[in-house]
Amino acid sequence: MSAISASAGIEPSGPRPKQVTAARVGIYAFLLIAALFFLIPLIVMIMTSMKSMNEIRGGNIFALPTQPTFDYWVKAWSSACTGVACTGLAPGFFNSVKITLLSVPISIVIAMINGYALSFWRFRGAELMFAILVFGAFVPFQVLVYPIIFGLSRVGLFGTLPGIVIVHTIFGMPILTLLFRNFFSSLPVELFKAARVDGAGFWRIFFSVMLPMSVPIAIVAVILQVTGIWNDFIFGLVFAGRENMPMTVQLNNIVRTSTGTVEYSTNMAATVLTGAVPLIVYFVSGKWFVRGIAAGAVKG
Amino acid sequence: MTTTVATEQALTQRQLKARAGRRRLAGKLSAIIGTLPMMIVAIGVFVIGITFTVVLSFTNSKLFPSFNFVGWRQYEILWATPRWQQSVINIWFYGFGHIALCLGLGFALAVAIDQRIRGEDAFRTVFLYPFALSAVITGLVWQLMLDPNWGFQAFVRSLGYTDFTFAPLANSNTALLGMVVASVWNGVGVTMAILLSGLRGVDEEIWKAARIDGIPTWRTYISIVVPMMRGAVATALVLLVVNVVRTFDIVIAMTGGGPGISTQMPATYVIDNINSRNVGHGMAAATCMLLPIAVLIIVQAVYRWRASRRGRTT
Repeated sequence: MSAISASAGIEPSGPRPKQVTAARVGIYAFLLIAALFFLIPLIVMIMTSMKSMNEIRGGNIFALPTQPTFDYWVKAWSSACTGVACTGLAPGFFNSVKITLLSVPISIVIAMINGYALSFWRFRGAELMFAILVFGAFVPFQVLVYPIIFGLSRVGLFGTLPGIVIVHTIFGMPILTLLFRNFFSSLPVELFKAARVDGAGFWRIFFSVMLPMSVPIAIVAVILQVTGIWNDFIFGLVFAGRENMPMTVQLNNIVRTSTGTVEYSTNMAATVLTGAVPLIVYFVSGKWFVRGIAAGAVKG
Repeated sequence: MTTTVATEQALTQRQLKARAGRRRLAGKLSAIIGTLPMMIVAIGVFVIGITFTVVLSFTNSKLFPSFNFVGWRQYEILWATPRWQQSVINIWFYGFGHIALCLGLGFALAVAIDQRIRGEDAFRTVFLYPFALSAVITGLVWQLMLDPNWGFQAFVRSLGYTDFTFAPLANSNTALLGMVVASVWNGVGVTMAILLSGLRGVDEEIWKAARIDGIPTWRTYISIVVPMMRGAVATALVLLVVNVVRTFDIVIAMTGGGPGISTQMPATYVIDNINSRNVGHGMAAATCMLLPIAVLIIVQAVYRWRASRRGRTT
């Protein structure tokens, strides 16, 4: 970090002013206040999850816990009530893991083949299909919810694990296809032509040439999908069914179930546990995550 | 002798051509097979699905689709329903607040970060992390912060200001404001990231030229830099609009639509009508949700078409 700012200092002075002036102090003050605004909810969330309800009642939300405890984490994980069942978040966690592990590879493989075919094997109507797909990325889910419920129940997949995986694959397809199409289009055509001259066909070129080259963009796609599917609420709510309820839906149920005084300690512990996965992905993947966001934004 | 060689060559060339043709055909066939999922989704889900929704909006479908057409009845009922009217007002208010704050604050943060500051990476990480968290988590955390008994109000009161009142979610006039704050907390980082990449894309020479001409920095931003990065602004804007129309999770997690109907949104209205087995009516509401997106797509298409035409004439 300091190395970066040191090297920035050596750079020839650019167009933007960088002396220690009132303006500069103002910029730092603005950034620090903004950082506080962004950080406080996370700090409050974690601290509240470690306080007893008595302490929350007596103190204030910005105070450090006097006797930090993980009891509420244990309760949120294994015994908090979601509706009628008091099994905690654990079943939801494993459901989310199952849904994510199935949906991510399937949706990425399909999108990869789509992007490859759209870039090198254009056939009549392919562009139209792609245009419809990208248009689909804009359509609010609520417009399609009933037709999909209807379709999935007709084939007996409504409220099942394959059902929710299909829904995630459908709604991941537009943006992922766009991502891979843009990536494959940026590769030199000579690469493809050379493989053609050597006699390789559609699948051979895909597996031997394109797949190994697309590892970096696939990582971006994995991050995009893992965080997106983990954070999903409405698809899980509508399509997963009671048996496969993902963690986010269970989290909301735990919070809604509490009767009488809201038990914020347990609620915040459940929130911390649910948010841990995407936060870890974010902090570990860093620049890749940002690239994923940028890619997700390109759909505009 | 020479003629036979020539014919032989011609033959092999023709054969080669035929083989290449067959291979090209096989490749195209594989491409079609490989992209079958895309075609099924494009046609089966998006085209047929949207058509199904629009058609059902003209029927009196209850739980199961029926094709008993009732004309514009569902739309007439819809627009006469106070809860729908409130949902539409809410989404305009919420959407305007969310988009204006995300763009304004996002631009301010992007400009500040672009000043070669120390710890740029740390600041960026802090501004972006809420986006990794789901809307449900965002809603729950901010609900705690804004709860008068435990949150910000209780904190200020504990400092001695005992009649301090700050409980936006408890009041139907201000509940949406609370939701805007939470959603901006979650979403402004992305806007900042997009605008920052736009800022970084502006040529440094522009800044040098502006400085030589003695144009003040703020003026350079407004008159030169922002127009130059309109691609990034447009991207951010489209993304924000699409997200606003979809708003659902944060409502459920933060207020459940209340107090009263003060934070209902079109998305919650559609889902509730499907749950209460009033599908025809829900589909009319869903079709209305499609309209702003359709307008957005048409505007973009026209813009692109004009840009491509301009590109061809010059």
